[in-house]
Amino acid sequence: MQPFEYANPTTVKEAVGLLGNKWDEAAVLAGGTDLISLMKDYVYSPKRLVNIKNIKELGGIRADKAGLRIGAAATIDELAESPLVAKNFPSLAQAARGVTSPQIRNMGTVGGDLCQRPRCWYYRDGQGLLASPGGRSLVTNGENKYHAILGNGGPAKFVSASSLGPALIALGATLTLQSSSGSRKVAADKFFVTPSAEGSREIALLPNELLTEILVPMGGTKNATYEVRQKEALDWPLATASVALKMSGSTVSSARVVLGHVAPMPWAATQADQFLAGKSLTEAVAEDAAKAALSNATPLSQNAYKVQLARVAVKRALMAAAGARG
Amino acid sequence: MKQTITVTINGKAYSHEVEPRLLLIHYLREVLGLTGPHVGCETSICGACTVAVDGRAVKSCTMFAVQADGRQVVTIEGLAADGALHPVQQAFWEQHGLQCGFCTPGMIMTSRQLLERNPSPTEAEIRHGLEGNLCRCTGYQHIVNAVKAAAQAGK
Repeated sequence: MQPFEYANPTTVKEAVGLLGNKWDEAAVLAGGTDLISLMKDYVYSPKRLVNIKNIKELGGIRADKAGLRIGAAATIDELAESPLVAKNFPSLAQAARGVTSPQIRNMGTVGGDLCQRPRCWYYRDGQGLLASPGGRSLVTNGENKYHAILGNGGPAKFVSASSLGPALIALGATLTLQSSSGSRKVAADKFFVTPSAEGSREIALLPNELLTEILVPMGGTKNATYEVRQKEALDWPLATASVALKMSGSTVSSARVVLGHVAPMPWAATQADQFLAGKSLTEAVAEDAAKAALSNATPLSQNAYKVQLARVAVKRALMAAAGARG
Repeated sequence: MKQTITVTINGKAYSHEVEPRLLLIHYLREVLGLTGPHVGCETSICGACTVAVDGRAVKSCTMFAVQADGRQVVTIEGLAADGALHPVQQAFWEQHGLQCGFCTPGMIMTSRQLLERNPSPTEAEIRHGLEGNLCRCTGYQHIVNAVKAAAQAGK
């Protein structure tokens, strides 16, 4: 690992003053579970780390009139164990519990889940986020069984690694990004982006900004997350679906279906949303909604199996949200 | 630039100047000579390096020593008191919850947190709770038995 300068601020103001205008100038250190791995592999070697775990205002989970406020430095374990979260946002609690393992949930933070870098093995091997040295995609020409099946028409073929992103988007969360010149609010569905050029990132956060808080409105939705995994332990899911339904009796008045781990960003399956509106949620309807969610899938040479896994995730998340077994 | 850290480890306070990039596992093993926590995969997968920081099991190979500044760390060496094994250690001993023993310090540290939070876990909860620890001898059955026995002994 390359040496770096360590900064240990106790206020947000102090922290943002220590960030830089380029990614290699400074990085935010929260739990470090992803950052330290990247640094060990020399994939990323920032000159300064800014530890945010000693900034009290960035911790904790609480509710007020506006909704549930999650400090960016709250741990994934805090989120998974919060009765407040379990009661109102089972989709978020389920997504948090899906982050393996207990040690990582103890150390990893909510902000870190949203800002972690993709797991694409070419990226982790130092071949760049787009894995296209000399303009030739290593992904399309190589091993791609865990890569994107949606939104992969451009140079980005990796999948977003965030477990909480899909649930937060479905729930209509807003993120607060703070820099030394002020703060801005970004809707969760605008926070994730699909990069089109090497050197740009998969999130809207700028190098001089700190993610400080996630606000989840008390929307009164029925919501759930379902993950399809290769194994229970030590891995990211193969495909997930987070759904949030506004119900009028047994009829869906509006739906948000967001897929995880299938595209370079959490994937808003708007065809499923449209299909579900106005329908009574039966197993057959959930199955058709799942088909609609994947109707635009463009799998690569080795990952067509993920299309069916994602359909299963959508159907089971919908049935779980409706209170029925999927 | 070196940083001064003060960490309480197994009940005793230590203060050292360390490089920020020094990992907690290397601080424990090489600076303090606590070789109970093991270096396994070094990629936060195997859990052999698991220690408790402020009572929570974490992987010390993916944490800087500077992140432990001001905190309480417990390693496997800190469990036995006055020559008596900790109940989880005793159960691993009695149930033969180890073969080569490499994963054992991490397994025990994680099991300890598991039982603190859930004193009567089901078998599924034990297996789920140990998902972040790998046993290269694949001795999982005896490890699960040991955690069950420790839970029973704690009643």
